[in-house]
Amino acid sequence: MNRVRLIKLAGSYGVVIALILLVLFGWARYDYFLGFFNITSVLRYNAMFALVALGMCFVIMTGGIDLSVGSTAALGSVVAALASPYGAWTGLGAGVAAGLCVGLVNAGLIAGMRIMPFVATLATMLGASGVALLLADNQSVSVSYESGFTVIGQDNFLGFPIPAWIAMLAYLAGWVILNFTSTGRGILAVGGNEDASRMMGLPAGRIKFLVYLASGGLAGLAGVILASQFGAGQPIEGVGWELFAIAAVVVGGTLLTGGVGSVGATLAGVLLLGILFNVLNFENGKGWISLSAYWQSVIRGIFLLIVVIIQAKLASRVAGREH
Amino acid sequence: MSNSTRSANMVDPFDFLARYGTLIALALLIIFNIAFTRNFATMQTLNVNLTQVCTIVIVAVGMTLVIGTGGIDLSVGSLMAISGALAPMIFLGKIVPIDNIYLAVAVAMLASILVAGLFGLFNGWLVAHYRIQPIVATLVLFIAGRGIAQVMTNGNLQTFRVPEFQFIGLGRVFGIPFQVILMAAIVLVAYYVLKRTVFGRQIIAIGGNERAAELSGVAVSKVKLIVYAVSGLCAGVAGLIVIAINSSSDANLVGLGMELDAIAAVAVGGTFLSGGKATIIGTLLGAMTIQLVRYTLLANGVPDAAALVVKAAIIVLAVWIQQQGRQA
Repeated sequence: MNRVRLIKLAGSYGVVIALILLVLFGWARYDYFLGFFNITSVLRYNAMFALVALGMCFVIMTGGIDLSVGSTAALGSVVAALASPYGAWTGLGAGVAAGLCVGLVNAGLIAGMRIMPFVATLATMLGASGVALLLADNQSVSVSYESGFTVIGQDNFLGFPIPAWIAMLAYLAGWVILNFTSTGRGILAVGGNEDASRMMGLPAGRIKFLVYLASGGLAGLAGVILASQFGAGQPIEGVGWELFAIAAVVVGGTLLTGGVGSVGATLAGVLLLGILFNVLNFENGKGWISLSAYWQSVIRGIFLLIVVIIQAKLASRVAGREH
Repeated sequence: MSNSTRSANMVDPFDFLARYGTLIALALLIIFNIAFTRNFATMQTLNVNLTQVCTIVIVAVGMTLVIGTGGIDLSVGSLMAISGALAPMIFLGKIVPIDNIYLAVAVAMLASILVAGLFGLFNGWLVAHYRIQPIVATLVLFIAGRGIAQVMTNGNLQTFRVPEFQFIGLGRVFGIPFQVILMAAIVLVAYYVLKRTVFGRQIIAIGGNERAAELSGVAVSKVKLIVYAVSGLCAGVAGLIVIAINSSSDANLVGLGMELDAIAAVAVGGTFLSGGKATIIGTLLGAMTIQLVRYTLLANGVPDAAALVVKAAIIVLAVWIQQQGRQA
């Protein structure tokens, strides 16, 4: 327990400190970094990644993984775009429902048929992508502009982007569920030791079922925002989202082995990776160095490398002290 | 192994399916195609399918060894891009001009495969030394690797027409495509290593129970370093074949999604993704089954997107059957 606490603390505070340092750096170096326009556009763009990462965070806390989130978001965006002429709420509902369907399949395969999460979600990743391409007829699907569907992704509420509101509410709900409900505690228990939690009488199957369902629904919601924000359902978007989400969760200090995790730190992880991009863009704008878009993935990879090595060192040091 | 004695007295249907399912599926597919697909039983169809499956098999062989130790390698597609980006830069003389084209091609091939192998070694180092989970450790190069290839080429397409190099993807020996011979050689070597050498048994031992393997004197770190390096080398070879076939190298596309195809082939072939049981022949059959399913659907007018859904169903079905066989 002690070791787990220490890693959790180091992980959560590490990412928050890094985030603060990065923001201070940007504030000191660039004129418009903390300007209203930049802040809202960063939040608007990263809201969908935040939603996907939240679902991934819950899945990973149970010791699983969900590789299908990117394809699910793409499917959600296509379905939402197809349904958007019938109204904003219909589009929203249809996209989320599509995500829930994929989540349901994942949940059935993993909790019901006990297929390894890695394989099961690899298969649904291919399947969801195939269905998205079929529904969209291999091209992007334009959304309806008359029905008000684009409000979801493009408008503000109380001066704050609506996608950011959605993400914030989702994280708030996630935080409450994880920390103040028996399901939340059960998620961590199942991830820590599934057999033990089963013997303690926890409904491990039901808990796993719920997290994959939630992950699918959140990915569908991210797809709705994607379609609404860019005006089209995009069947080939979402490639690599699952890995971005895993990276954000890992950067946030959640262990991939399950049993440990923090919703807030995952949000910090998403923001850290997102703002890293933003800083690179500003740096390009200054003209000091000119980093092509290609450098961004190299830098993101190096960043992930540093984080996982620090995590590994922390884990082994804490484990060593315990013995 | 002891499996054969266990089921000698009673044949469990799942056990039977788990062991021979892939082979049966492949046979059924071939029979179906001979009956219903026009022009199936021709050399051309064979060549098309074999050349399309070659790179997947080569990468999947390395993946089989990695998965045998209980690991996974997500970086193979990115490593293909790196090797595919580096080779043309060398034989087109962009780094250092080499006058003799044969020398230039030889250096290009060796250097690119070796660089991919070194990146694989880096994966192994993260896994063995820092004890980082394989999926996270190889995620680093999955993300950064393609970026490295793009930075090397500045994202530009490199086109070339160098028959001496393109022999690896387009050449024929006695009418057989050279890449098929290369694939067969890699499969045979890996089969021998896994089945008949101490190193092969150590791979399985680590995947079965790492702690026990370590206690019984297996150099776990060394074995892991080697399998990830081999996976990198295989990806390097596959990258060269892909660019040779295309007469061009596009760092954005070479090897894209290959990790999924390779993992799917390994899983359908009957290797346990949790480690401890690995079969190279199974992987070969798995890759061929997936390829033939796709070919069958496309040849009979089913769109590629629907083929994806079928592929997903096959992966789940294969893994589920094997799981039932294991529990029996």
